Amino acid sequence: MSKKGFIDRRGFLTGVAAGGMATLVGSPGVAVQQPPVPQPASAPMLPKEVDPPNADVLVMDRSGSDFMVDVLKSLGFEYVAANPGSSFRGLHESVINYGGNQAPEFITCCHEESAIALAHGYAKIAGKPMCVFLHSIVGLQHGSMAIFNAYCDRVPVYLIVGNTINAAMRRPGLEWNHSVQDAAAMVRDSTKWDDLPVSLPHFAESAVRAYKIAMTAPTMPVLLVADSELQEGPISKDSGFHIPKLTLAAPPQGDSGAVAEAARLLVGAENPVIVADRAAHTPAGMAHLIELAELLQAAVISQSGRMNFPSRHPLNQTDRGRTVISGADVILGLELTDFWGTVHSFRDQILRTSKSTTRDDAKLISISAGDLYVKGNYQDIQRYPEVDLVIAADAETTLPSLIEAVQRLLTSERKRMLQDRGASLAEAHHKTFERARSDATYGWESSPITTARLSAELWAQIKNEDWSLVSDVGFISRWPLRLWNFDKHYQFIGGAGGAGLGYGPPSSAGAALANKKYGRLSVSIQGDGDLLYAPGILWTTAHHHIPLLSVVHNNREYHQEVMHVQRMANRHNRGVTRAGIGTTIQDPNIDFAKIAQGMGVHAEGPIIDPNDLAPAISRAIEVVKRGEPALIDVYTEPR
Amino acid sequence: MSRKAFSLVAVVTAVLVILAFSDARAQSAVPATKAQKSPAGNSQNGKRLFTSYGCYECHGYQAEVTSVVGPRLGPDPISFPAFVEYVRQPTGEMPPFTSKVITDAELADIYAFLQSLPRPTNADSIPALK
Repeated sequence: MSKKGFIDRRGFLTGVAAGGMATLVGSPGVAVQQPPVPQPASAPMLPKEVDPPNADVLVMDRSGSDFMVDVLKSLGFEYVAANPGSSFRGLHESVINYGGNQAPEFITCCHEESAIALAHGYAKIAGKPMCVFLHSIVGLQHGSMAIFNAYCDRVPVYLIVGNTINAAMRRPGLEWNHSVQDAAAMVRDSTKWDDLPVSLPHFAESAVRAYKIAMTAPTMPVLLVADSELQEGPISKDSGFHIPKLTLAAPPQGDSGAVAEAARLLVGAENPVIVADRAAHTPAGMAHLIELAELLQAAVISQSGRMNFPSRHPLNQTDRGRTVISGADVILGLELTDFWGTVHSFRDQILRTSKSTTRDDAKLISISAGDLYVKGNYQDIQRYPEVDLVIAADAETTLPSLIEAVQRLLTSERKRMLQDRGASLAEAHHKTFERARSDATYGWESSPITTARLSAELWAQIKNEDWSLVSDVGFISRWPLRLWNFDKHYQFIGGAGGAGLGYGPPSSAGAALANKKYGRLSVSIQGDGDLLYAPGILWTTAHHHIPLLSVVHNNREYHQEVMHVQRMANRHNRGVTRAGIGTTIQDPNIDFAKIAQGMGVHAEGPIIDPNDLAPAISRAIEVVKRGEPALIDVYTEPR
Repeated sequence: MSRKAFSLVAVVTAVLVILAFSDARAQSAVPATKAQKSPAGNSQNGKRLFTSYGCYECHGYQAEVTSVVGPRLGPDPISFPAFVEYVRQPTGEMPPFTSKVITDAELADIYAFLQSLPRPTNADSIPALK
């Protein structure tokens, strides 16, 4: 092949025939003299396909995948997660040998969905993507659900899928089954960008471009196809391939006029409310939101997309959400997944009905990067919200200018008035917190164990540690967010995004991996149905010594689905006693401790007596503090 | 939750959960009055029915839940007539339980179970809640 520095397999072999291995590797691109082929005088006969001469030269010094690893190293990847697959065998070998298995280090996963979800959770703590290798077709298909989750959650994940483009070079049999014309097609609706580089310089350029695109708001997964010939073909040691410089794009900031108008509305409001969902993607975002809320003495509702606002801040009115929304005259939505759902109620009876929950005169303001990137197929866009002022920009990036605009408008007299509002909100916050403590006492001694007690017992033992909750809270009645003191950005990472099962355990492991170098105690409260999807992640945590405390919220059912089937049974007036068919995980009950132990993880359970819970947590924490994973299986209330 | 994404309602619920559950008040906030005495029920049978009819799925085995899926029901339930009326013709998200599905006598047993639930300990006396 004639491209500078690169020799494909066939060219490599013929080159060896002409000049020998050492000469060839040091002299890429040299035209190879072919002996003259006698031509028949009559009708042309196509020659039978034969191997090139001296095809038994079997080694090389450097491959295209070595250069690909150079590119990955230049992008600063700490890890690459994968379930091994032959279509990226070149890359795999280059990572572990040429790259020294450091930056990136290979993280072995037992399922592609786990590998991608691991990268998903990692990104939300690390603030940057992890690389994931995927086997052509089957690996990508296995991972597609996790890609969708990351897409919906607006999280950057860096995907590289192997493929063998050149049909003439495919091994007969399975390599044909695992080759595809357009590998990215099956996940194009849930990735932000993809490319199929056809040369190593092309790979380098697209790799850097992909990283930049993934990290530009709204952040999302990207995918590169790594052709197996590009990976496995030899290159010279001094190929001279260029790796472009990575320069991340500054995130989009809101239009100054629109920001000034938002400030005018907020400062003039009697009862402004700030609602934040995937708003704070860095610690700075959380600090900015605190500053804005305190300037305005405004109520804040933190939907659970990210760690937006301290749980015990006096202005945090999350647990009074409906009340404060219904009384608000200005509602500022920051990166809301569903603004319509934020300001409407919805009733799922035979006739589905909805109604607005806001005042007629309420003004709605949206700041969201979601307006900058919308695709048509997947309907995660939610219903169209009727908003009065829309600012298409990254909310976190826009907050400083909004704060400045608010400061310019606030007079001393207005500030004094706002203090009264703040005092009222602080009192409401205190009452709400005390009510949560009281609510948690109901059923305290009961078995199955309440999720309130589960959360409280955990909190009692981690509150003096540098902890990080690396799981969602939706299926445990949000008890941690109601009882615990969240005041650091890394203490909460939100949920799956696309609500696809199989996310929780690997994303927790990924977040714990990112927390590891900071010595944080990572804690995950893990649903049983979620863990059953790909429990092999437990082995990954043991193998790679990922310190993670997993507490299995084992309600022995797909609770959400039990309720759905019950709803249908009620609607059809047939009674609900058979709603457990197809929705429960009983008979036999699953022993998650045994599963975990079988994968090398310290595990206890099932914990049935609530008074056995605290000692088990204590023992597990000791294991995690030693740098190993631990699991506690707890028989719990439905949610 | 199924392997598929949530149903439409579940998705909406997931977003509304922050807004809705937070204001979920225990129904025990309005205790029964003497003028609204409940019929004598069998609390033990009521406990069994509370499980077999799946009430616990939204309200918890001890009717203690306070979340978007259901409010706390005991130990001071709303008046028995209001209780029956809501079960038969709910105004919110709860699905209806007609007399074909649960008889009035069974509801009386469940009501007795709700009344029999133990009163909680003060949060200040529980170390994990301090």
